[in-house]
Amino acid sequence: MSTLLAVLVDGVIYASWLFIIAAGLTIIYGVMRILNMAHGSFYALGAYAAASLVGVWLRGGRPPMGSYAMLALAAILVGVVAGPVIERGLLRFAYGKDEVVLVLITYAVFLILEDAVKLAWGVESYFVTEPYGLLGNLEMGPLSYPVYSGVLVLVAVAVGVALRWGIYGTRYGKLLTAVIHDREVSAALGIDVGRVYLVTFTLGTMLAAAGGALTAPMVSVVPGMGVEVIVLAFAVVVIGGLGSVPGAALGSLVVGLVRSAAVHWLPQVELFSIYLVMALVLAFRPRGLFVAAEARKI
Amino acid sequence: MIRRRWTTAGLGIALVAVVGVAPLLPRWSLFVVTISLAKGLVALGLLLLMRTGLVSFGQGLYYAVGAYAAGVGAEALHLSDAVPMVILGALAAAAVALVLGLLLARYRAIFFAMLSLAFSMILYGVLVKTSAFGSTDGFNVAPKSILGFAAAGPAGRFGVYGVAALCAFGATLGIDRYLRSKLGRLAPAVRDNELRVEYMGASVRNVVHLHLVLAAALAGLGGALTALAVGHVDPEMAYWTTSGEFVFIAILSGTSSVAAPFVGALLLELLRSFAYEHAPNTWQLVMGVAMLGVILFLPEGLWSLFRRRVRSAT
Amino acid sequence: MSAILETTGLTKTFGAITAASDLHVRIEENTVVGLIGGNGAGKTTFINLVTGYLRPTAGTVRFEGRDITGLPPRRVTRLGICRSFQIPQVFDSLTTYENVLVGLGIVSMGRRAFAGSAPGGPAPEAAAEQVLTRFRLDAYRDELAGVLPEGLRKLLDIAMALAVKPRILLLDEPTSGVSADEKFGLMDLVLEVIREAGVTVLFVEHDMDIVRRYTQRILAFYEGRIIADGSPGAVLADAEVRRLVVGESEADVGGAPC
Repeated sequence: MSTLLAVLVDGVIYASWLFIIAAGLTIIYGVMRILNMAHGSFYALGAYAAASLVGVWLRGGRPPMGSYAMLALAAILVGVVAGPVIERGLLRFAYGKDEVVLVLITYAVFLILEDAVKLAWGVESYFVTEPYGLLGNLEMGPLSYPVYSGVLVLVAVAVGVALRWGIYGTRYGKLLTAVIHDREVSAALGIDVGRVYLVTFTLGTMLAAAGGALTAPMVSVVPGMGVEVIVLAFAVVVIGGLGSVPGAALGSLVVGLVRSAAVHWLPQVELFSIYLVMALVLAFRPRGLFVAAEARKI
Repeated sequence: MIRRRWTTAGLGIALVAVVGVAPLLPRWSLFVVTISLAKGLVALGLLLLMRTGLVSFGQGLYYAVGAYAAGVGAEALHLSDAVPMVILGALAAAAVALVLGLLLARYRAIFFAMLSLAFSMILYGVLVKTSAFGSTDGFNVAPKSILGFAAAGPAGRFGVYGVAALCAFGATLGIDRYLRSKLGRLAPAVRDNELRVEYMGASVRNVVHLHLVLAAALAGLGGALTALAVGHVDPEMAYWTTSGEFVFIAILSGTSSVAAPFVGALLLELLRSFAYEHAPNTWQLVMGVAMLGVILFLPEGLWSLFRRRVRSAT
Repeated sequence: MSAILETTGLTKTFGAITAASDLHVRIEENTVVGLIGGNGAGKTTFINLVTGYLRPTAGTVRFEGRDITGLPPRRVTRLGICRSFQIPQVFDSLTTYENVLVGLGIVSMGRRAFAGSAPGGPAPEAAAEQVLTRFRLDAYRDELAGVLPEGLRKLLDIAMALAVKPRILLLDEPTSGVSADEKFGLMDLVLEVIREAGVTVLFVEHDMDIVRRYTQRILAFYEGRIIADGSPGAVLADAEVRRLVVGESEADVGGAPC
């Protein structure tokens, strides 16, 4: 029984981590029709930035609780700097090209950023574990979890709620929805599609970076940490449906629970179980678990 | 459509040149060219798929299957000669594609890319957890003979090099002939307008399935050759970044010439060797920049630079 | 005369929308039939149902007496029914010549996908040239189909459909997008080629002048149903048709009931 609880709790924690990253990926696809392969690189940038900022903060002898603000700052900085630079400086020249070509462009960006990170931060690992242990542990029956994990879950929920409110409740969200449905018509109606793209990409990047920043205290920050994340994020958005935020939430839960179950009960399948689910969903519901209707073509 | 004609003679000359220069090459160069020929085969398969309008982000699957099959063949079937090992690799990969193609042939664009990626990651996961295959360490592969000749030392290296060159020659010729045939000409037609192809009476699904199998066989061939050249196989061959490398080579080379993938593969290997020596943290950066340059300015690959110069000379 | 094409009770619904409702059609061999009706009336849906692009919700389609209901376009084409499209469906990155060559290649492949060229008959290259000449496309032989003007793309589309040597040809708005002065030329050319081959033709058309001039029979569609079926004179004079399809205020009374 305790194992079932462990599977569920671990699953939810892992799902929260995934959701923060995947949500950004899915809205970038939904609005811009770009499957961003560089998403994992922004995640890594967020982690490195967090490591640096937290390091600077704590070295100055400042209150440790402030390190959380540093995590948030790292995410925001990476989003606000990397997002516009990549979108305005590169992607904008490729709009209108085939979807697959855009994916290849983001793949090239991923390659560039992989080395950019190494050039900027070197190849040694960084450790910023203070924020992780700072809040102590939470006892749940026979299990003990760091409160930090709970923070992760709360952040994921907050992101989900904020996105839902943002997209359905605000005027800007309605503009976003219009662009998602039809870019040309939106532009014809006077919507500044370029600005919508910029904001969306920046937001998506920020979320990826937030995922990385929040992860930094949990792992050693090393080059290549974005490489596995990107395929996991792909699995999540494919399962849930490309472009759907509720889909990303569902996909995260599915992947999180499947992985958790595998780790606890069948470790041999841990690695491939997620991709098996991804392949199965693609096989039976290629548009994901949240389908949308398709218009007539001829 | 292929605009430059590579006649059998042209390819034959290339083959003789490649083989002829072998004794002059230092050991490291011999290895680099062998690997380039092997990876070029994988990229050739990608070229066929791209002609058909598909970009696979999972050729690593067949590359790994070919490599592991060659290795397992040596162990389980007691194959000791390189040639049957290589053939086994190609056939095993083709068999996998025959089955997976039943599903994969229904997908296009990014869904195809994602599904092919998912399949390769599934294999990666299986290989890593299979201790019989050495898990993350993989295992060594060493043929005892090549077409009857002993495979140890320099003779072995030349032998693998020769087999690779022959495979590249045969594959390039085969694919070239195929693309000129009635069936092969359907590739760009399928890419341009599947509806029209169906309405002319042909099955798009069958064409795509066939091309998936052909590309897989080529990738398996390349994988087996790599296994022989390196002497080792490991799960990394199935990882998505390996597939990405093949995509990079294919983009760099473009789709207009069947010989270009080998040149592209060679360029990548030389770039990688050079970068490792002098600036180890920049070769991916250079790859990325090169890829961007090609996609944005030379959509037909580096080959189009060469063609432009030829055209302006007339 | 036996019917070469017959549909009974052909119906297609998409949820709450009825695109085609209980269509009973009997087409005789070697006739030229016009399909008229407003947008969304069901004309293209009819073609899609007959050629297998859509599966009917109910009803059957018979070709030369044989039930072909629900067969995919690929099979229907091989049996002898071809179509052209409202938006021309050609291979944009291939030249006009290559388009026809690929099309002929598919036709001659049949079940033996790996066989060489069919025994007897002209070599595929020569056959392709013949088609281009017949349709007066030879001047554009080496142009990429993607850059051809609309009228030529339409012609290429039709040429490829005819290359299959069908028994029935369904043309979806063959003259739409073609300039007014070119329309008659296009139809003259197409029907000339068709007449030589003895093909039954159904074409969708919005231009009533074209319909009056080339058809022997008209089917008028409205909201998924056929509201009139008969000779051009009778159908175009029909009050319902004039109201719902042609438009009440038709200034051109000159070509009216004969």
